[in-house]
Amino acid sequence: MSDFRFATPDALLGWLKTLSNSHRLLAPKPEGPATLFRPWKAEELTDLEPLLRRATASPKGAVLPACETLVHFTATKDADKPASLNATLEAPCEAEPTVLFGGRPCDARGFVVLDRPYLQGKFQDPYYGARRAATVIITQACPSARPVCFCHWVGSHPADSEGSDILFTAVDGGFVLEGISDKGRALLDTAGFANAADKADEVKAAHDAATASLPPVCDLQDAPAKVAARFTDADFWTQETVKCLSCGACTYLCPTCQCFTITDEGTPLDGRRIRSWDSCMSPQFTLETSGHNPRAEKFKRMRNRIGHKFSYYPQTYDGAFSCVGCGRCVASCPVALDIRHIVTAACADNAAEKE
Amino acid sequence: MSVLTGKELRIVGFLCNWCSYGGADTAGTARASQPTDLRIIRVPCSGRVNPLFVLKALINGADGVLVSGCHPRDCHYSSGNFYARRRLELLKEYLPIIGINPDRFEYTWVSASEGQRWKNVVTTFTDRIHKLGPAPKWKDVTPRYDLPTELLDFIRPLGCGENPFLPDLKQAIKDALATPPATESGDDRPLEGVLGWKRGYDPLKAEPVFMRTPEEVDELIWGPFNVHNLANYLPQYKGRKIGIVVKSCDSKAVVELLAENLIRREDVVIFGMGCNGTVSEGRIRAKLPAEVRDLPIEAVQGKGSTMTLTVAGKQYEASMQDIAQDKCRHCPRPNGFINDIFVGAEVANAQPPADGRSAALRFLDAMSLEERMSFWKGQMERCIRCYACRSACPMCVCRDHCVSDSRDPQWLTQEDDVTQKLFFQLIHAQHLAGRCTGCGECQRACPMGIPVFALKQQFGRMIGKIFGYAAGVDPKATPPLLTYKVEEANIKERDLS
Repeated sequence: MSDFRFATPDALLGWLKTLSNSHRLLAPKPEGPATLFRPWKAEELTDLEPLLRRATASPKGAVLPACETLVHFTATKDADKPASLNATLEAPCEAEPTVLFGGRPCDARGFVVLDRPYLQGKFQDPYYGARRAATVIITQACPSARPVCFCHWVGSHPADSEGSDILFTAVDGGFVLEGISDKGRALLDTAGFANAADKADEVKAAHDAATASLPPVCDLQDAPAKVAARFTDADFWTQETVKCLSCGACTYLCPTCQCFTITDEGTPLDGRRIRSWDSCMSPQFTLETSGHNPRAEKFKRMRNRIGHKFSYYPQTYDGAFSCVGCGRCVASCPVALDIRHIVTAACADNAAEKE
Repeated sequence: MSVLTGKELRIVGFLCNWCSYGGADTAGTARASQPTDLRIIRVPCSGRVNPLFVLKALINGADGVLVSGCHPRDCHYSSGNFYARRRLELLKEYLPIIGINPDRFEYTWVSASEGQRWKNVVTTFTDRIHKLGPAPKWKDVTPRYDLPTELLDFIRPLGCGENPFLPDLKQAIKDALATPPATESGDDRPLEGVLGWKRGYDPLKAEPVFMRTPEEVDELIWGPFNVHNLANYLPQYKGRKIGIVVKSCDSKAVVELLAENLIRREDVVIFGMGCNGTVSEGRIRAKLPAEVRDLPIEAVQGKGSTMTLTVAGKQYEASMQDIAQDKCRHCPRPNGFINDIFVGAEVANAQPPADGRSAALRFLDAMSLEERMSFWKGQMERCIRCYACRSACPMCVCRDHCVSDSRDPQWLTQEDDVTQKLFFQLIHAQHLAGRCTGCGECQRACPMGIPVFALKQQFGRMIGKIFGYAAGVDPKATPPLLTYKVEEANIKERDLS
């Protein structure tokens, strides 16, 4: 039984309008020269085109916001015991039902990468978990690759459904939507779109065309071992990071960067413990209270970023990279630093030097 | 709850311990009645008042800010208030660009014996703030997302063609790497390498490169994609002798770094050529039809003022008028402000334009204060706080020790809030006042395309207006905020009494 459904652009827009009444609808929205995943209201949905654009920043914030309050604390004086304070703690762990529309397969896979540290293992993150459970991911199969795309290097392709609940593909006259997960199929059933099993060939042709548009692939199977073996090669990392400005654009745009910092803001009597994105490209990331910084130089920070994505994470999670090849870090780097180049260089020269 | 809740406004006062604070005491001792809206913070000198104190108060919702110090020539530390006068006057001129009414901020002078004068100052200022009413709150402002679209006319021809002197430049660099060139300083250490550009992963992208070998020099490019200001890297090489290839605008940053003693003259050999302008990648892509905009650019060919791009086997043309960076459009001096080795023919200088305002400043000038607040709210919302603006700035020399990263004192919270994001930009702009050489790298580096350069341009404009100074021109000059005059030509005495 095929899960293909066909929708004309108007029908799809109509469905999104309906969804926006019951859900927080996050989809690409132009803001200045950038395109960001922002909430859409029903009355704003007049044209589907902006929602199909490629977003400048990843949709990571839908589940892991740039900043969220973990605990709100207040303290008031106790009238009966003047020496003591009554403290209250509120831990809001709410998640609005959300539809994340218009991300690409790399964006959806980003959530799979985040799920492993946040939801697997001994401790689960309740904040992340609640939002993740409340989010339905409707992904657009990529129509074509950009020059910075390299999803096929890291085990994916432009029509990958991993991490998506619904995958839709543009075909002649509209879109074919395919329910991937139970959550996605259930939501898709509410749309009332016609069955489109007959369009399977058209969908496959679109997917094949997108795959053909990708630049040549590079085999990264040995990357975890080779990048790890590079660890002590300070000259290599120094050379590769000469032009790095040590800003955090790459990490904040990344769909898989998962590190955060926790700070208390406000006053001790009325404050918030917040979690906000951190960046390993910042010297403060590893600055110790003693003043010692194990990663004071930028090459060590870059080594950590590359190492985490292509070596440490795969070694912890069965070989899966914590990079989905979306190319945002490459496209938005102020000095055109290319992560693909560093990874291939780290893998390539290594063997020769060992001789 | 205080009986005055709702009637009082929140006015912050920064008072010098030696005079105005004493003046307030004198007024109190004399039982002079005065309004109670003012919350006084005592400081050791008006020179201690960092303009960021004022900005932070205003951004976080203060309805007014008053700074009061000793009369000029009467400073306890002899010159603190002279420095304060320059900074605070500049700040007052700056405030309108972010949508804050400059009347909400005032500075004045009251001595310890002038109780009556203090009373008058407080009363006058408080009345003024009450007339203005409570300050608009950022959270209540409706954001607007439109950006300046005006493309300014060139004051001299810009081009994207091949520079015929590039082989000569490469040869000059190779020679310099082989034998240290004779420079004024007489320093004969060999060059460790030379900073330049090479082609990036895409024909529209150049990338910085540190050339050490002749083979690396062969990859050097010079043309419309050399957007990066390589002076950014110079301070990290302090004490090591290197070369740098500069566009004219980049050379201003080198001048400023020299003026501030952040690099040493003998450590750097400067290679320059006449510049025909650089382009904006975003503008080029915007000129392409939507269906090919995201596709790989196969080839780029520049001839005169026309760039021909090959995408998916088809050719598209773009004119420099549509794709040149804003800063290049008004650049009158294309041949560098400092050069050790200048290669090739000079490009003709041009007359600076009568109206030298950038497109962004024209756009902002045409707005009301409320509209500017809306504008900055809309723009700063999308800031991801990656601080690429800071990292790309050649004059941001604190690098790993930026005050905005400090938790004690805590200038910023980690919260994802427009006021925090904008305040970071104000820290950046304020620390560049009188130092910014106008390369615009902050804005070019921004992945979100936020027009943060305008915040620095406003300071630049006001520095020119008040002090007749431009940064990055003369390595011997003293930046105006690091000095003072007893009688300031363009600063009127501010009297609230």
